[in-house]
Amino acid sequence: MLQGWVIVLTSFAYLGLLFAIAFYADQRADAGRSIIASPYVYSLSLAVYATAWTFYGSVGRAASDGVGFLPIYIGPTLMIALWWVVMRKILRISKQNRITSLADFIASRYGKSALLGGVVTVIAVIGILPYISLQLKAISSSFTIVLQYPQIIMPGKVDAVPVLQDTAFWVALILAAFTIAFGTRHLDAAEHHEGMVAAIAFESLVKLLAFLAVGAFVTFGIYNGFGDLFGRAAGDPKLNAMMTPLDGVAGGYASWVWLTILSMMAIMFLPRQFQVTVIENVNEKHLNKAIWLFPLYMLAINIFVLPIAFGGLLHFPEGTVDADTFVLTLPMSEKQELLALLVFIGGLSAATGMVIVETIALSTMVCNDLVMPVLLRLQRLRLNERSDLTGLLLGIRRGAIVGILLLGYLYFRLAGEAYALVSIGLISFAAVAQFAPVVLGGIFWKGGTRLGALAGLSAGFAVWLYTLLLPALARSDWLPIRFIEDGPFGIALLKPLELFGLTGLDQITHAMIWSMLANIGAYLAVSVWGTRSADEHRQASLFVDVFGQAGEAGGARFWRGTASVPDLYNVLARFLGSAGADSAFNDYAGARGLTWPSDPLIADADFVHFVEVQLAGAIGAASARIMIASVVKEEALTLDEVRAIVDEASQVVAYSHRLEQKSRELEAATTELRAANERLKELDRLKDEFVSTVTHELRTPLTSIRAFSEILREDPNVDAAQRRKFLEIITKETERLTRLINQVLDLSKIESGKADWQELRVDMREVISDTVSAMDQLCQERGIQIETRVPERVPPVSGDVDRIIQVMLNLLSNAVKFCEAGRGRIEIALSERGGRLRVDVRDNGPGISAEDQAIIFDKFRQAGDTLTNKPQGTGLGLHICRHIIAHHGGELWVESRPGAGACFSFTLPIQPADAIVLPAAA
Amino acid sequence: MQDPESRAQRMIALCMLGCVLFNFPVLALFNVSESVFGVPVLYAYIFIAWALLIALMAWVAEKRG
Repeated sequence: MLQGWVIVLTSFAYLGLLFAIAFYADQRADAGRSIIASPYVYSLSLAVYATAWTFYGSVGRAASDGVGFLPIYIGPTLMIALWWVVMRKILRISKQNRITSLADFIASRYGKSALLGGVVTVIAVIGILPYISLQLKAISSSFTIVLQYPQIIMPGKVDAVPVLQDTAFWVALILAAFTIAFGTRHLDAAEHHEGMVAAIAFESLVKLLAFLAVGAFVTFGIYNGFGDLFGRAAGDPKLNAMMTPLDGVAGGYASWVWLTILSMMAIMFLPRQFQVTVIENVNEKHLNKAIWLFPLYMLAINIFVLPIAFGGLLHFPEGTVDADTFVLTLPMSEKQELLALLVFIGGLSAATGMVIVETIALSTMVCNDLVMPVLLRLQRLRLNERSDLTGLLLGIRRGAIVGILLLGYLYFRLAGEAYALVSIGLISFAAVAQFAPVVLGGIFWKGGTRLGALAGLSAGFAVWLYTLLLPALARSDWLPIRFIEDGPFGIALLKPLELFGLTGLDQITHAMIWSMLANIGAYLAVSVWGTRSADEHRQASLFVDVFGQAGEAGGARFWRGTASVPDLYNVLARFLGSAGADSAFNDYAGARGLTWPSDPLIADADFVHFVEVQLAGAIGAASARIMIASVVKEEALTLDEVRAIVDEASQVVAYSHRLEQKSRELEAATTELRAANERLKELDRLKDEFVSTVTHELRTPLTSIRAFSEILREDPNVDAAQRRKFLEIITKETERLTRLINQVLDLSKIESGKADWQELRVDMREVISDTVSAMDQLCQERGIQIETRVPERVPPVSGDVDRIIQVMLNLLSNAVKFCEAGRGRIEIALSERGGRLRVDVRDNGPGISAEDQAIIFDKFRQAGDTLTNKPQGTGLGLHICRHIIAHHGGELWVESRPGAGACFSFTLPIQPADAIVLPAAA
Repeated sequence: MQDPESRAQRMIALCMLGCVLFNFPVLALFNVSESVFGVPVLYAYIFIAWALLIALMAWVAEKRG
């Protein structure tokens, strides 16, 4: 059943099916019910990474060096782990700036430089040509082989066939037509190709299923499982060495490592990967699933590579069948027609998927970053005055697609024969790896400049041309082979495969080392020693700080000038068509609660920036810049102004932080103030109470003085003894009054802090003996014994000696007052502990109840019932004492039980620094 | 609780783990001519380690933040 017409018909039916899927997806997208808005479709579309290289080439590579095909898939797995950091940032930047391609991204980062965009485009197109030729080779040779069924004949040398009879040529043309129909039917402002993504996701499923089917057939159909297959391979003396493939290979590990690094770069910077990962991404969150689903896909599609490779090596006599075709020839040799057809379709899927996405991505770059900037600058064409340029844009892209595919075919004719599939593909990998320094440097380092990027890319690309592309052409006899063997002009040091005498490495490792050295070196050196323009400074800040303040504010704040709304409308309509421009204006007005065109729009910086970003989505950042500049009157910002704006953004952040802090402080202050207010109110209440208490206390003695004076005045008949007694009472009450007033004054002085304190060295032993001698007379009169227990010597304290004596006198007189006459006993003890002196005054009076203990230190509060059983005294003494002791840094308290006497104690801190023990006083 | 910052750090750690697993000298340890269940040790090791790494990445990426 594998006749030619069946194969051709099946192929076209399959392409038709893809087209139907794409058409359906586009319809759904237009209806607002996208089928690609799913992380699974996104992950499958990323699998466009697996091309004919993976489908046919991996087996070929495995058949020659075992595990050598694996770094191409392990590298991306490692890189994808970093995507959470790197790709999320690239996605955000691209969405904010409406990036349309890798070239646009790089051009936009380095000051919207049209020149840089053009250079990137040229590198990408030339670099990818080998890769496209690989797909053409795979499709045409698999077609040729399957046509020979049931015989297995390797296709002949391609240069023997005229172009018009070459399958690859027709494959190129058919693919071009198909891609044009796919990717350039209309112009999308966001460069989204929903239909294409859906078709690619479907193709990823087909190629995976086809490969798993053939893998399972070889492993379990031809052989009896993995063990049997590997066992037989190990038994074969020629294959045994491949069980430990990392032995003996020159630079085995170095080449492994470099292949890993190379594919880490490729998964990010292949134009088609950038297209599906970044440009076609509809939701950043899809990354979460893709981070593990895509590596899982790569693992799955590689499981059967080794079994098929060993199966093929065991199955076919050595050298008769190209290992790159084992996937197809094994089912054919076993007469599995249907499986062979499925494999052919799977290979077709892998190759067409790559070609479609790659050429669409490259055609966007060629159009937006190479052709348009040039056309727009050519005043003669008067493009600025044409009303609708969408047709022109589509035309350029269609032309680019045909051109790229024909160039790919040309490379296939020139150099495709000399290399295996994987080796051809690696040349392209090495080319796109040149983008890594400028992109990664560009999103994490603000210092990279336009000239640095140009220098780095040019240097890296030049080395790539010299060490990879030219040797490939020389191998195919298009350049004299002496160029490789002896070096140009016979200079051995310049041999392209052993540059500067570096030997012992495989070709790719050798080229990567030199090109990366040149690329990174030139990028860093020129950037560091160069200066930046205002544009570069602005773009660097927008890219690197995309997650910060600068990113949120966007690019509008960097623009100053005047513009008119109709002009902006016209320029947008020229590239998007009037429908596109209308819908963009409506979106803008809608976001501001206006309707367009009934409400007037203001052409301010925000609006101009919006139009430029919309335009960038269609024609790239560099071209959009030129178009906008042509219709608005701009005032160029100087570097200093851009710097000021960038700084302003960081200052705004700082201000807002400071503002937050201030408001927190303010809140704290308010709380404090409220507390202070409460305390003040309490004090006010206490003051009123104090005044009324003092008045009351003053009135009591005044009343008795007045009463007795009146008796004496009005009754002349009072006898002498009576009169004398009355006068004594008056004198005593007057003394009490004086004492009271003195104490009130004293208290107010202490409490207001106006008291005059003298700080002198005080020996407590002296204080105690002085107090005791002062009270001696009184005690003897009342028959009260005083006992003192004082150590030989104590350290001095610092304080006002008169005040401390006042405290001692107060405590002692209280004790005397409460002791029963004749039986009283007072004990005074002085001790030293923990850096403090402690004085205890203990009496054997009636004691103080627990409630009274709590209040006796308050003003005018005395133990007992103040109305009926008022003790002598003012009720201020202990209060003042406590203040005095507190002022000296000590404590005053009482311990007592009713009926068991009371013990008043206080402590004073020992004078620190020069604590000199005084000699015992007499 | 997994904020973007700590998820980023875990992902970077996994990348480093991968760099160690698929590099000299760890690879060399498995580059011996023996087999497990009939599969050469090196091939078995690479695919098992790879699957493990993907499982860890899935765990970190999908864990609710």
